[in-house]
Amino acid sequence: MIASPVFKKIDKIVFNALSPQMIKKMSSAKVVTPELYDKEGYPVDGGLMDVRLGVIDPGLRCATCGSRLKECPGHFGHISLARPVIHVKYIRTILSFLRGTCQECSHALMDEKKAKRYIKELADLRQIKPDIYWDKVRKVMAEMTKQTKCPHCNAKQNHVVLEKPTTFVEKETQLRISPIEIRSRFEKIPDEDCELFGLNAESLRPEWMVLTILAIPPVTARPSITLESGERSEDDLTHKLGDIVRINQRLFENINAGAPEIIIEDLWDLLQYHVTTFFDNNISQVPPARHRSGQPLKTLSERIKSKEGRVRRNLAGKRTNYSGRTVISPDPMLELFEVGVPMDMGTVLTVPEIVTEWNLEYLKKFIERGPKEYPGANYVIRPDGKKKKITEETKETAMEELEPGYIVERHIMDGDVALFNRQPSLHRMSMMAHRIKMLKYKTLRLNPAVCHPYNADFDGDEMNLHIPQTEEARAEAELLLSVKNHLISPRYGLSIIGCVQDALAGNYLLTRSDMKMPFNEAVSLLNNSNVTDFSGLPNKDTVTGKEVFSALLPPDFSFTGESKAIDLGETGKEVLIRKGKLTKGVMDSNNLGQGAGMMLRKLHEMYGPNTTIIILGNIFKLGIQMLMKRGFTIALSDMDLPKKVRDGINAALDGAEEDVDNLINSFHAGELKALPGRSRNETLELKIMERLNAARDETGNIVAENADPKSHTMIMAISGARGKLLNLAQIAGSVGQQALRGQRISGGFKGRTLSCFKEGSLTPASRGFIKSSFSGGMRPDEFFFQAITGRDSLMDTALRTPKSGYLYRRLSNAMQDLKVEYDNTVRDVSKKIIQFRYGEDSIDVSKSEGGKLDIAPILEEVQR
Amino acid sequence: MKLPPKIKDDIKDATANLNVAQKKIVQDMVEKKYARMRVQAGECVGILSAESIGEPGTQMTLNTFHFAGVAEMNVTVGLPRLIEILDGRKSISTPNMEVYLQPPYNKGKDIKKIANEIKEIKMSELISEISLNIADSSLELSLDKAILEDLELDSKTVKTLLTKKLKAGFKAELAEEFLIIVRLSEKTKDLKELYRLKETIKGVYVKGVKGVTQVLPIKKGDEFIIITAGSNFKAILKLDYVDPIRTVTNDIFQIEEVLGIEAARSAIINEAYKVIQEQGLNVDIRHLMLVADTMCVNGKVKGITRYGIIREKTSVLARASFETPLRHIFNAAKIGEEDVLNSVVENVMINQPVPIGTGLPGLVTKVK
Repeated sequence: MIASPVFKKIDKIVFNALSPQMIKKMSSAKVVTPELYDKEGYPVDGGLMDVRLGVIDPGLRCATCGSRLKECPGHFGHISLARPVIHVKYIRTILSFLRGTCQECSHALMDEKKAKRYIKELADLRQIKPDIYWDKVRKVMAEMTKQTKCPHCNAKQNHVVLEKPTTFVEKETQLRISPIEIRSRFEKIPDEDCELFGLNAESLRPEWMVLTILAIPPVTARPSITLESGERSEDDLTHKLGDIVRINQRLFENINAGAPEIIIEDLWDLLQYHVTTFFDNNISQVPPARHRSGQPLKTLSERIKSKEGRVRRNLAGKRTNYSGRTVISPDPMLELFEVGVPMDMGTVLTVPEIVTEWNLEYLKKFIERGPKEYPGANYVIRPDGKKKKITEETKETAMEELEPGYIVERHIMDGDVALFNRQPSLHRMSMMAHRIKMLKYKTLRLNPAVCHPYNADFDGDEMNLHIPQTEEARAEAELLLSVKNHLISPRYGLSIIGCVQDALAGNYLLTRSDMKMPFNEAVSLLNNSNVTDFSGLPNKDTVTGKEVFSALLPPDFSFTGESKAIDLGETGKEVLIRKGKLTKGVMDSNNLGQGAGMMLRKLHEMYGPNTTIIILGNIFKLGIQMLMKRGFTIALSDMDLPKKVRDGINAALDGAEEDVDNLINSFHAGELKALPGRSRNETLELKIMERLNAARDETGNIVAENADPKSHTMIMAISGARGKLLNLAQIAGSVGQQALRGQRISGGFKGRTLSCFKEGSLTPASRGFIKSSFSGGMRPDEFFFQAITGRDSLMDTALRTPKSGYLYRRLSNAMQDLKVEYDNTVRDVSKKIIQFRYGEDSIDVSKSEGGKLDIAPILEEVQR
Repeated sequence: MKLPPKIKDDIKDATANLNVAQKKIVQDMVEKKYARMRVQAGECVGILSAESIGEPGTQMTLNTFHFAGVAEMNVTVGLPRLIEILDGRKSISTPNMEVYLQPPYNKGKDIKKIANEIKEIKMSELISEISLNIADSSLELSLDKAILEDLELDSKTVKTLLTKKLKAGFKAELAEEFLIIVRLSEKTKDLKELYRLKETIKGVYVKGVKGVTQVLPIKKGDEFIIITAGSNFKAILKLDYVDPIRTVTNDIFQIEEVLGIEAARSAIINEAYKVIQEQGLNVDIRHLMLVADTMCVNGKVKGITRYGIIREKTSVLARASFETPLRHIFNAAKIGEEDVLNSVVENVMINQPVPIGTGLPGLVTKVK
């Protein structure tokens, strides 16, 4: 099936430094001139854009490998430096070598016996405990640095200091040690002695740290861009290399002309500077090399480093084709495992389909329709791997030559698998496989029940869609990533996808014992919710809501649970399902909702994901259809309270205020006794807060008792669809105390929060207690206090996101390669055992019931 | 199949009044259920745990303190605390202990006295006034009589304590009953020294448990315990009225030092779990166990930082992809390090399947 079944696999990567010999060997051109192009705009021979280094112009051929643009990977070149130059990135190692080796004989400053012992120790350490290898190296080096006399030749050792950035000076004589001197010293260091400095002579000889020849990255690694004006703009690296070549040539000329030493020294330093900034433009005490515009150049180090660098941007993260992104919107009539895809995406995203004898004619039709008409095809891939675009002109020939073995990239269609993703992808449910459903209009559509795992809403959120391109990818997407496999969260072992909002309110109303409807209405309700089997419905003229709901449940399903809300005419919160019939209790967020969803968990346990996702989808639709049939709306009048009740609330608040006044008075009179371990001020604050909280609860209770339970606002709160009783209390009763860092609001002006209060005032109103309600409207000072806490919570969110993001990144980096082995142990890559049994009992949380194996239902079954 | 001990016990308890045949059925059914719940080989449990802790991190609150009593005795909670635990920090921002007492003290006997004995007393608390006598180049410390009596100390013992702590060149003597004079000896007549001395005297340790800055006896259930701000686990366990089995500190390093690495692991799990529970979030304890085990696997608590467990990774590229890539690459070049590409990121980098989950099994087949 696949053109080339034998894959090459990279076995390992070895890190080494490039030796001067190696650089010469791999170099395909020696660069001698800073000029880039000649008058015709053709790259100059021996210049930085030499065609032997690769090509970036369409039409040119690489002089080394003969390939064209995009085929030629580019080739390294080299510059031979007129004078050796120090490699900044090894500056610390060079210093250690200068200090730790003899200035006369270049042996390590350590007697042979000891050195041998250390070398062996270090070699062992590298094998067994690589993490402390560098610590040990540092210790050994410190020991050598301390020596003032060479144990081999008895020569006295001068102390070498590093004068930043790149000069070494002998402290006693104040003489510079030139790179030439350093290099000649290092050349004499025996291979074994390098081990003492944490250097493997085969990967990096000490003298290689002093550069005599500089490798030049291929042109393809530093492509120039052509501006609209036809002007060429070179890459930062090319600029930097140009500087190096220019100075290098000047240095050559001056040396050959026998210029005074001082001029040569100056040029040498300049060369050192350019080479230094070529490697790293961010070294302290080195002024960064800049563009003419003043912005610092991005040289080698900056290309690799940080979030935008090569490693994290291009290697650890990649970009894909066959993907799309747009705004999302809800569609409750979609199944949970579907995703609605707009037509505009349909003609761009494709699925490769292999041509066989059986589907030849079928696929020809796609080609015939072409790239514009849906469902058509965009490309044909020949067995030799050549990809051909289908256009109006090439249609005919493509259809004619089509035969088994070809691949047609046809447009996505209903039922194809797609990965659906929303960032930030914080857990594995952030990317799930859905079935495509082509729809008109321009947005991606999803069932609102799957918003929760994605943490999506529809205030402008965008999501991504990826189309798997191989059979393996499709199979994995289906078997591992599909929505039905993610109903249970691996974080806590309970249902993460459940009913939300309307579906909860609808099911609550439906299953409440006051819901009765004629048989035909029940049938139409079920029919609208995609149910076609009405055998679950009792054959009566009027059926209850509970019976309608029960029609969705499997006939042998039994469940005992507890609801949040209390059914009308009931006292307990018990929910009973016996033999597929809901006999007692109401359905609300406790049993259907996300995060809790105990009934859903039980369904999943008994019937598996395939059935559960269908039932959940049906329950969801039933809830919505119920609300559509009944009608559901909220009004401001839901929050209106009778005058008597409002008086009650005011009385409660006044009472609290009076109590607080008394507390303050007794505090000022010195009668208030401090609680143990606290000062009198703290005691007062605590008591006031206690009293005010009591007042808030009191008003909340009054509102809850007097609010009309039939009002839709209350239905939402009771069923858990949206809003809490607290919200209602704040709207109708009183907003309550605004707390900042766990305390009442203080500060601002001297001794008071706002200039409208008396200095030193401790009354509830002056410290952020909002007596008014949202519906009644707040006073300006109250509004201000609310703004304070509002701002505080905004700041909290803004500051928290990066912190938790970093924690997450660290965690996943540290633990990404822990896996369960076949012997049930958890191990890391080096096969080190982290846990002998995963979680001490080998239970997979996403297959558990809230992290536990619940034996109660088994017991129930056995005893029955 | 071997059931975990916890489930075995559960079955035993639950089936106590069933007959043998029923017991057998229950046993079989539980075993079947357990078989379904087991983790599959190759499951990337590490990533799962990281996600399970990282994802709710965005929902946690920041900068909320939780007061355990006195204003100074607040405890860091929420995200900052979680970060602190997982960082494996040597010094935490709000160390505190819960000191359980042996009977009869746990019923409230001498509770105030014990609490005061635990609290660290510094010299500054005994001194009502320090005056600097420039002419004499001496410091006059007047002691507070009431406090001394409260703490059952006398001037003499204070003087001896002070003498022990003084550097050579100073001499302390008891001038009056509650007045100690500290003099510079003749040789070193430097007033600056005197000023410096003043500060050192203030910080001289007198009695109590070092590091405990605040104490608060509270009633927990039906017994009295003492909550402290500041933690010194080693010293507190030595006191004979302290119940060493139940007394805990929130300082993981002190636990490691005193009770060993297994205790430290439990402490990490407990502390992290407490943080998550307080925030009203639901994270399975298995995820925290795995994190704690990764931190403790080398026999020492290592934080999840570039200096901690990430540094210990064997793969160069894995380390480089986290932080400071250049350092890792240059060091690797020095010793000619090899990356055998058996963890996740490296394989992502070179576009090969990752050896985890479905990427794990290989298929051996003959190619014609």
